[in-house]
Amino acid sequence: MGPPRRRQRARSPAGTGEEPLMQSNRLGWLLLAPTLILLGLFGVFPFIYVVWVAFHRWNPFGANPDMVFNGADNFRRLVFDGEFLQSLGVTGAFVFFVVASELVLGYFLAQAFMKDFPGKAVFRTIHTLPLIVAPIVVGSVWRLMTTPSIGIIPHLLQSWFGIEMNIGRDAGVAFLVTVIMDVWHWTPLVTLTLIAALVSLPSDPFEQAQIDGANKRQIFWHVTLPMIRPAILATVFIRLMDALRTVDEIWMLTGGGPGAATRYVGLHIWRIVFPKTDYGYGSAISVIVLYITIVMCWLLYVGLIAPRNKKGSAG
Amino acid sequence: MNRSRPWLSMLFWLVISFVTLFPIYWLFVVSVKPAVELFSTPDVILRSFYWDNYVKVLNDPTLRRYMMNSIIVSTGNAVIVTILGFMACYALSRFDLGAKESIFFWTITNRMAPPAVFLLPLFLLLTQVFKIGDFKLYDSRIGLILIYCTFNLPFAIWTLRPTIDAIPRELDEAAYVDGASPWQVIMEVVFPLARPGLAVTLILTWVFAWNEFLLAATLTSFNARTLTTGLSEYVTTTGTEWGLMASIAMITLIPALIVFAAVQRHIVAGLTFGAVKG
Repeated sequence: MGPPRRRQRARSPAGTGEEPLMQSNRLGWLLLAPTLILLGLFGVFPFIYVVWVAFHRWNPFGANPDMVFNGADNFRRLVFDGEFLQSLGVTGAFVFFVVASELVLGYFLAQAFMKDFPGKAVFRTIHTLPLIVAPIVVGSVWRLMTTPSIGIIPHLLQSWFGIEMNIGRDAGVAFLVTVIMDVWHWTPLVTLTLIAALVSLPSDPFEQAQIDGANKRQIFWHVTLPMIRPAILATVFIRLMDALRTVDEIWMLTGGGPGAATRYVGLHIWRIVFPKTDYGYGSAISVIVLYITIVMCWLLYVGLIAPRNKKGSAG
Repeated sequence: MNRSRPWLSMLFWLVISFVTLFPIYWLFVVSVKPAVELFSTPDVILRSFYWDNYVKVLNDPTLRRYMMNSIIVSTGNAVIVTILGFMACYALSRFDLGAKESIFFWTITNRMAPPAVFLLPLFLLLTQVFKIGDFKLYDSRIGLILIYCTFNLPFAIWTLRPTIDAIPRELDEAAYVDGASPWQVIMEVVFPLARPGLAVTLILTWVFAWNEFLLAATLTSFNARTLTTGLSEYVTTTGTEWGLMASIAMITLIPALIVFAAVQRHIVAGLTFGAVKG
């Protein structure tokens, strides 16, 4: 066994300067090894593999089942793939509407939460609840709410306003319901992050602004907004990345339909690209989507998290 | 600041809470109604409880197997992730490893990746590359556990790192001076102090694995299917049995609801990578 041998070495440098504690970094690497191996095997290796496959023509059930290198052909094909581009387009629209509405709504809710009122903790708990519900369950819930003839929403719209709502036929309605569903699921995250930001604000600037006679709108634009900007940016990026990979809820709610109206890019890969067993082309699409995500992730880290961490460790 | 009309705020939040809770209530309503009643006029008020949907689901051998799989996979994943995360964070916190921060950042990027992108390579690797003789990781519980670990480990490392960093190094040093082995230091000094953080990580990663659908749906076909994939199977067929689907959804929801109170405060920090302390 290893440890007893190290114990003796551990004693000698005790009490001295910078690195008295750790005998060797070998133990450190040993503790880290399982994590690195696991992430390497199922995180990095698939990534390299998918890039490699993306440069090949490979359809095991096609006319030519062998893997043939075909350069950038897959990527060239991708640029003219109307289905994929349409999927990217609806994904963009979905992400935009979702993030924008959650931000505005979340901000108002956070502001509403800054006042004192009875039962605040209970309301906060209730508001946090959707965050822990499984996406697939969220999809089921909203399907049960909106399916014609059993759902409560089409029923009420019909009997109160005489509006006929059919999520299975009307593309606009389906899109809207996916947005509303996502807003229901994720607005709490925005609210809670903004509450955290608002609570930590100093009160002096607000008092000063009031003394100077600023109205509510001026206070918002010139005092509140600049101070909570980092929190808003962080929230937007996190929501952006999560919205980009929404699959489960949509699959359960609309299955991507009607037509391809709600077939967002993750769903597109899963339902259309993947089952075709056109692995080379599917890999190319995966690589492009991954590339978009990595760029965003890098922006998030470099722009927001890294500067903050530096500040934190210095202070 | 504004204390003038607390009842107005309360009313506002009652409305918001209603909007939040109603969809889940509706799920419950559908789950305790017989199929015939569903298609008459939708009724918000519950007049009777019809538990047959639950009885049917709980007696269905297939769904029972799915449930068992879900429990085993979530638990296996949570335990492994927490142990590995703890080890990794201890290493990152206490040792002067080169490129430490790069490793830390790299582990996080792993979690940022959209699972949909990894479906194809993981499917190919699990069916064709990672196999020993006849044993494939595809459609096996252990395969699913390992995949979930990959997606949850970054989260565990991110949430555990501050916990381990906050435990004073002096305690380790004192124990080493007293002649303790590294194993003893980890188990008897660091572990007890890290226990609250470890519990939160364990619970949240358990819920994440329990809630996961996309990877389970793609990387299993029969043996290792989980409850969430079972739920999806109830919509693909024409003529969905809504009551059964709703009761499976309720059963899927219950564990999350149970642990919700315990981890509520940590959910936001968890979901935002600690960028925001909830």
